[in-house]
Amino acid sequence: MTTAVIAEEAPVAAPPAGRATVVLRRFLRNRTALGGAVVLVLLFLLAFVGPYATKWSYSHIDYTALRAAPGADHWWGTNRIGQDVFAQTVRGLQKSLVIGLLVAVLSTGLASLVGACAGYFGGWTDRLLMFLVDLLLVFPSFLIIAIVSPRLNSSGWFALVGLLGLFAWMITARVVRSMTLSLKEREFVRAARYMGVGPFRIIWRHVLPNVASFLIIDATIQVGGAVMSETALSYFGFGVQPPDVSLGTLIADGTSAAVTYPWMFFFAAGLLVVFVLAVNLVGDGLRDALDPTSKGASR
Amino acid sequence: MSPILQVTDLDVDFDGRPAVRGVALTLERGEVLGLVGESGSGKSATALAVLGLLPGNAQVRGSVRLDGQELVGASEKQLTRIRGSRVSMVFQDPLSAFTPVYRIGDQIAEAVRAHQDVSREQARQRAVELLDLVGIPEPALRARAFPHEFSGGMRQRAMIAMAMANDPDIILADEPTTALDVTIQAQVLDVLRTAQRETGAALLLVSHDLGVIAGTADRVAVMHEGRVVESGTAVDVFERPQEPYTKRLLAAVPRMDTPRAPQPPTGETVLKVRGLTRTFPLLKGTAFKRRIGSVYAVDGVDLDIRRGETLALVGESGSGKSTTLFELLELAPPEGGSIELFGNDLAGLGKAETKALRRRVQIVFQDPMASLDPRMPVGDIVAEPLRTQGADRATIGRRVPRLLAQVGLDPAHAERYPHEFSGGQRQRVGIARALSVEPELLVLDEPVSALDVSVQAGVLELLQRLKEELGLAYLFVSHDLSVVRNIADRVSVVYLGRTVEAGPVDEVFERPRHPYTQALLSAVPLPDPTRERARQRSRILLAGDPPSPTRRYDGCRFRARCPLRPHLGERERKRCEQEAPVFDGDGAACHFPRVREVV
Ligand SMILES: Nc1ncnc2c1ncn2[C@@H]1O[C@H](COP(=O)(O)OP(=O)(O)OP(=O)(O)O)[C@@H](O)[C@H]1O
Ligand code: SF4
Ligand SMILES: [Mg+2]
Repeated sequence: MTTAVIAEEAPVAAPPAGRATVVLRRFLRNRTALGGAVVLVLLFLLAFVGPYATKWSYSHIDYTALRAAPGADHWWGTNRIGQDVFAQTVRGLQKSLVIGLLVAVLSTGLASLVGACAGYFGGWTDRLLMFLVDLLLVFPSFLIIAIVSPRLNSSGWFALVGLLGLFAWMITARVVRSMTLSLKEREFVRAARYMGVGPFRIIWRHVLPNVASFLIIDATIQVGGAVMSETALSYFGFGVQPPDVSLGTLIADGTSAAVTYPWMFFFAAGLLVVFVLAVNLVGDGLRDALDPTSKGASR
Repeated sequence: MSPILQVTDLDVDFDGRPAVRGVALTLERGEVLGLVGESGSGKSATALAVLGLLPGNAQVRGSVRLDGQELVGASEKQLTRIRGSRVSMVFQDPLSAFTPVYRIGDQIAEAVRAHQDVSREQARQRAVELLDLVGIPEPALRARAFPHEFSGGMRQRAMIAMAMANDPDIILADEPTTALDVTIQAQVLDVLRTAQRETGAALLLVSHDLGVIAGTADRVAVMHEGRVVESGTAVDVFERPQEPYTKRLLAAVPRMDTPRAPQPPTGETVLKVRGLTRTFPLLKGTAFKRRIGSVYAVDGVDLDIRRGETLALVGESGSGKSTTLFELLELAPPEGGSIELFGNDLAGLGKAETKALRRRVQIVFQDPMASLDPRMPVGDIVAEPLRTQGADRATIGRRVPRLLAQVGLDPAHAERYPHEFSGGQRQRVGIARALSVEPELLVLDEPVSALDVSVQAGVLELLQRLKEELGLAYLFVSHDLSVVRNIADRVSVVYLGRTVEAGPVDEVFERPRHPYTQALLSAVPLPDPTRERARQRSRILLAGDPPSPTRRYDGCRFRARCPLRPHLGERERKRCEQEAPVFDGDGAACHFPRVREVV
């Protein structure tokens, strides 16, 4: 600790940094988390620039090269009907990145909003929101998605993201609600109330940061979960449909060939693993950056 | 005769971190040794080490001899035989010492039978005798009660009864009264002294409260940072301290018997409260809550504060002090009575006016850790009220460092989080936050009760300075009357949700008129062995516990415990029963007020 003697009217050089700056600084100081973030950026580059780097399109069928091994022409080889694996994988990566991250953000965001509001406001708001949560919990979500998604073809897979998100937040919301209930009784929330801070600002500034560790863990799990649910849906003929692909469908198709034609499987599977790992690293870093008592991130 | 307990060169480490260093103590038969020190000074660790009760991550070295028998390194079996029979303990939290599912009487009987060969019936008989000895009313009946049915003070008495069960040689009391109100503390200390006299045991009394030690201990050992820095007879240590640390400690203790010139009221009225009431529903059931009654938490509180004045609101736990504050701060029309802030009646206030009032009233909480968001840098915490009032970034950037400097913190620490500060520093952050919007009335709910004496002195000094610099008015809630004496200009005493006496601080302390005020003041121990012993003889001990706030009372609500009433005539007593004394302005809400000096 530095000791500084401060005169009453000390000239102040820079105003103190706010929480956002402090958290960002702590995050940037965390090497592994930063590594994860860089990997995520690289994945996005690969997914969105990759298609322009190769002359093959993901749906084009090259009859001259069926099951070709990786080489100069087809960088990552071709699949059983002669489609370029690289083009397909980056296309699938595009889908899966967006689906995974969007679903996670959407469901965790919805969960924290509903949970925190139910817990904070209590009374009828609470009863109504929890009724909604219970209702959605008993709904056979898979069935609903299966029925609805074919009709949404025109709006494409963004609707799928919405649906996946819509059915993944309820349990999280219940947990957030109970955490909020106990936070609400804490003195610092009461202090904010007596200062005249509005309820939504209190939720945003005091409640959510204090449940952030849980939310971040939840979101990182959701990322992997969303990619997997999408695969399951596709497998049953909903979700992403051929000729379009996602990492999930590629892995599902390639599994049987994993031993004989490993390139059909391992590129997609490897990228998925890298993706989930990177998200976890970023999540851990964010958690440490937000939690002032964590040992991981020093100031 | 050799001392009953001899501790030499005692070292205790917790996970390798030193907690106690080279402590040496001797306890003669039948004497009372007070072990005093601030939090973290190692007093409890020392006491627990004597009984081998430290948790597994502690390493103990040195020697503890009980009547010549070495206890450090003794087997668990030997220790178990000693605990409860030769050495018994009284803890701070008696609830944790009793098993919740067994009756109190059975648990005491159990303790008797564990070390004595008596029949079940005899043991039960003994338990009832013991409960009677510690002043539990209707002991035979109460022996059948479960721990949670006892109030804090009664549990502590029962604990003492259990400690006496086997005529121990040593009673070890670790902060036995810290969780209790002063009036209950006085009762329990009295019982503890009786117990010590009855059994002829030596008493090792551990406390952070110098007043408690001064009134009870024959000899005193002062601990600081794991070492005994000074020891001697109580009179010597308190009146002629040798060590600089002891001198500092004694100088920092606020004393109730030092007169201070209060500021004469000058400015205009800032706050005026009349007949404030607040009831909470008493609910039962978990799934379907039914209302089965009401808690009359606040039931007739009157307050007046002028600019530049400090009003202290004092009363026992549960008397409705915090509820009063929270009612004020809601800035909403009260349930009953009226609140006038800066001349605005809270009933019938528009949204914009409420917002403007928010700036002028701010609060500082009791527990500085709980009242600061652990996930916010202190700069942001201090800036929050400013931001709420719509200040722009530049203003905030300029004000925050200045505020931190004003309360004696380093502005460079604005980016740190609350847990990186000490208790006293955190409370300063809380004060800086309250001051950030330049309020005119500061409401302080027990602002120093979570702090050690030396830290407390610093915070009180800061409050005093800020008041003079900024012309603030304080509404200061405290149960510590010594602190009140040192900071307040006026005092308002509440009992069971109702104001019973108010007036200038020297008037109330030197010439209290309400019997409750007198009992309250008389219960506060002075850190002065000579005077404290003299006071003990004339101490007003209140009978029983404060009655439940779930009932409304006809007549005077203090009458069940009133020490004056038994001395009144028949007609006068009737009056206390039938007619509630009213409080109007300064003075006492009692039909038969008479001055009695108790400090
Ligand atoms: N929200 C509530 N619901 C029900 N009862 C309450 C509530 N808040 C306070 N009470 C009751 O009101 C009474 C007064 O409580 P209050 O907290 O105001 O006391 P206090 O004087 O501040 O005590 P302390 O010195 O322990 O802080 C108590 O009996 C308490 O149990
Ligand atoms: S009114 Fe009667 S019972 Fe009440 S305090 Fe005065 S003397 Fe005691
Ligand atoms: Mg209180």
